[in-house]
Amino acid sequence: MTTINANPDAVLDTHASSDNYLTHSRGFLSWALTLDHKRIGVMYLVGVLTSFLVGGIFALLLRTELLTPGATITADANTYNQWFTLHGAIMVFLVIIPSIPAAMGNFVLPIMLGAKDVAFPRLNLFSFWLWVGGALFAVFSLWRGAFDTGWTFYVPYSTTTEMGGVVPVVVGVFILGFSSIFTGMNFVVTIHKLRPPGMTWFRMPLFLWAIYSTALIQVLATPVLAITLLLLIVERTIGIGIFTPSLGGDPVLFQHFFWFYSHPAVYIMILPGMGIISELFAVHSHRHIFGYRFIAYSSVAIAIFSFLVWGHHMFVSGQSVLINTIFSAISFSVAIPSAVKVFNWTATLYKGNISLTTPMFYALSFLVLFTIGGLTGIHLATLNTDVHLHDTYFVVAHFHYVMMGSALIAMIGGLHHWWPKMTGRMYNETLGSLACIIIFVGFNITFFTQFMLGSHGMPRRYYDYKPEYQSYHVISTIGSYVMASGFLLTAWCLLSSIWLGRRAPANPWGGRSLEWQCPSPPPHDNFPVQPRVGDCYDFSCVVWKEEEQGYIVDRSLDPELNPNAPKRAGAH
Amino acid sequence: MSSITAEPASHGHAGAHDAHGHGAHGEHAHDPTLAHHFESHAQQFDSAKLGMWLFLATEVLFFGGLFVAYAVLRNRFPEVFSYASHYLDTTMGGVNTAVLIVSSLTMALAVRFAQVGKKGAMLLCLWLTLAGAAGFMVIKYFEYEHKIHAHLVWGTTFYVPPEGHTGAEESKALAAAPEPSAAGVTVADPTAPALPVLAALPAVDAPAIKPAARAPAGLATTHEMARAEGIKEHVSREQTEHQEKLHLEDRKLPPNTHLFFAVYYAMTGLHGVHVVVGGFMLAWLIWRGMRGDFGPKYYTPVDVGGLYWHIVDLVWIFLFPLFYLIH
Repeated sequence: MTTINANPDAVLDTHASSDNYLTHSRGFLSWALTLDHKRIGVMYLVGVLTSFLVGGIFALLLRTELLTPGATITADANTYNQWFTLHGAIMVFLVIIPSIPAAMGNFVLPIMLGAKDVAFPRLNLFSFWLWVGGALFAVFSLWRGAFDTGWTFYVPYSTTTEMGGVVPVVVGVFILGFSSIFTGMNFVVTIHKLRPPGMTWFRMPLFLWAIYSTALIQVLATPVLAITLLLLIVERTIGIGIFTPSLGGDPVLFQHFFWFYSHPAVYIMILPGMGIISELFAVHSHRHIFGYRFIAYSSVAIAIFSFLVWGHHMFVSGQSVLINTIFSAISFSVAIPSAVKVFNWTATLYKGNISLTTPMFYALSFLVLFTIGGLTGIHLATLNTDVHLHDTYFVVAHFHYVMMGSALIAMIGGLHHWWPKMTGRMYNETLGSLACIIIFVGFNITFFTQFMLGSHGMPRRYYDYKPEYQSYHVISTIGSYVMASGFLLTAWCLLSSIWLGRRAPANPWGGRSLEWQCPSPPPHDNFPVQPRVGDCYDFSCVVWKEEEQGYIVDRSLDPELNPNAPKRAGAH
Repeated sequence: MSSITAEPASHGHAGAHDAHGHGAHGEHAHDPTLAHHFESHAQQFDSAKLGMWLFLATEVLFFGGLFVAYAVLRNRFPEVFSYASHYLDTTMGGVNTAVLIVSSLTMALAVRFAQVGKKGAMLLCLWLTLAGAAGFMVIKYFEYEHKIHAHLVWGTTFYVPPEGHTGAEESKALAAAPEPSAAGVTVADPTAPALPVLAALPAVDAPAIKPAARAPAGLATTHEMARAEGIKEHVSREQTEHQEKLHLEDRKLPPNTHLFFAVYYAMTGLHGVHVVVGGFMLAWLIWRGMRGDFGPKYYTPVDVGGLYWHIVDLVWIFLFPLFYLIH
């Protein structure tokens, strides 16, 4: 890769032309069979957000049912069981896991590298269609009689329940797993082999570090889920016996297998979110990210820890005291890299030139919600409190703070951050910020009350409850309606911008990484030649340009790209 | 990934190509073997190779789950594994091991011949590798066939007395039957143990009963129960040496012996699926090779396909001693 010398242009060509990735070719097949990572990313985004809508509707049904003890909108507890199972399975497997890596990562990652595409474009398209196939199996399972196992498919219930939809949905999740594996492989190879000249490992945007760590987990953890689900299928269909206690099999072995994937999977959800937040804080406070190396290393550290803590899901499943103690101690230590990130983000804000944009609102929301979600994780990693809190609403609130309040909020923040790049349009900032505040308030009303519910002993997954819990349930349900209205407002804000929004400049926020140095929306090939890069968090060469109503990256000001650039004091 | 050692010639070529300023991607339109988003053949080759190594890592973890299941169950029931492994045919397993190792050699030679541009030798080696894959599956088929015939299988079917072909059919029905519906349970074979009991119970309890129905005889007194069911009449003396004593007749039969066969079929079955996939991959390589796609400049598919074939071989190298050799 010695072909490209320092780019002679002071500013890369960012003028939007009529030929961009959206207009490059037309017709259904030009999308369905596209190898363009940007189109695949957009298709994932549509799929993920549609699934989010469906999963959200199930969530609202659940909360509405819980307004009163006993029957509220359905008299059948089994229907309720199906709702929470569908809510969980859709949100985990169809929404959060593919949301940031597959949707945002696909769109942004190759552009950040200045590459024309990911390393294996065909495999990338195949991953997308696997995702669609997995989703169709999930729908098919509803037709076959649905399922009520919870998203965890614990044996022996999942192998004995009468519901006919278990095998189809497990096949669906198996397929989704391979979609995730292939995406991860693609990203690891792309980051290893397609980095542009000048971008060493410690010059990568932190989003790429996060995606890289995530991809490693996807590649190494998901196959274990695949084999577990395969065994579950043969257990249910031909009674192979490995997990069935009456045949001498071991149901706790299933739990070990399942969590060996599914604990790392929660880091598949949160790590890319952390990567987005690193970008948002740096770009929207126009300040060099604080502690770059620490944030990068902490992503890798979290990825490594993620493989060593699965046992904390099974503190009450009959593990030995020694094993419980070890898993508890390792689970505590996850707090270290997580806190390293939080402190570095806060330090980035300090003395930053903060723009209170919509993405910044989401980043700040993330900071609060992730801190709460992370700290309550400590309660659950503590052995004696966990015995009390296990399978209560405390756990429900904790993982919603992390999976929704953190991972999904980061994803929506990133969506606002890159929306102008994806669509070429600016949304209404006031509306976007307002929606973020409504979601933030609604989220806390919904889930903070559930910490109270849980510590008072309300078990999760229950259709009915004692009347003394009702006030909390009512508050929580009202919060969920507030949150839903916030999401509807967000949807309106973004979708209306496609028709009503003003044209987006190439660099509306003042970003420095390569995706802000190509037109909005990007052309089919992203960059004619892979550009040389400098420090992507050095914002001193990012200058506002009035006539474009956006920023430009003046490469002649960067001493790395231009030896004659004026020396600056305090440059990183 | 220090695995790229065998092709300095081709890399030198690709590197030279690159250094002469053909970096602009428009140039590559002339070269159908270089995708538009790569700068050079070397970059493309390294990417494909790294991708395949990552895929092999996923395969290791995929099988890893089953190896853990093997370890856990072996630790829990050492007597089962020590007893049941005698039922496996070491000769057939040994021949299959040899077949796979030889096919790995021919695969490695095929890669080498592709690198040096000997198309005929490469195709011959690919054909031989494909023959190895097919031979392995044929031998595996006979192994499975004998065992299934003797009810050396997983789950409750293990305890159904062997009585010729119909017996096997009925036992399948037994294994499949406990999918109780709300309407009740259909009894496929009224003589099958425990099913009449199941049918007599109220339908609402059916889901809870299913595990019990699956293991009607999987208890410590298996052979006595089998006797009581009148199995002795069905004993066939024409079994192989291992099966001369029918397993249900054996007084030393440990409880839960079916678990050995559960793990055996799960692991060798999944491995067999990989061999079949490898066979299709080899056929595809042969087809492309005959078309003349591969040469010293471009042999990436042969190389990464070879990597896949070696891991399939390697998994078997672990399966063979774990099941056949150690007792």
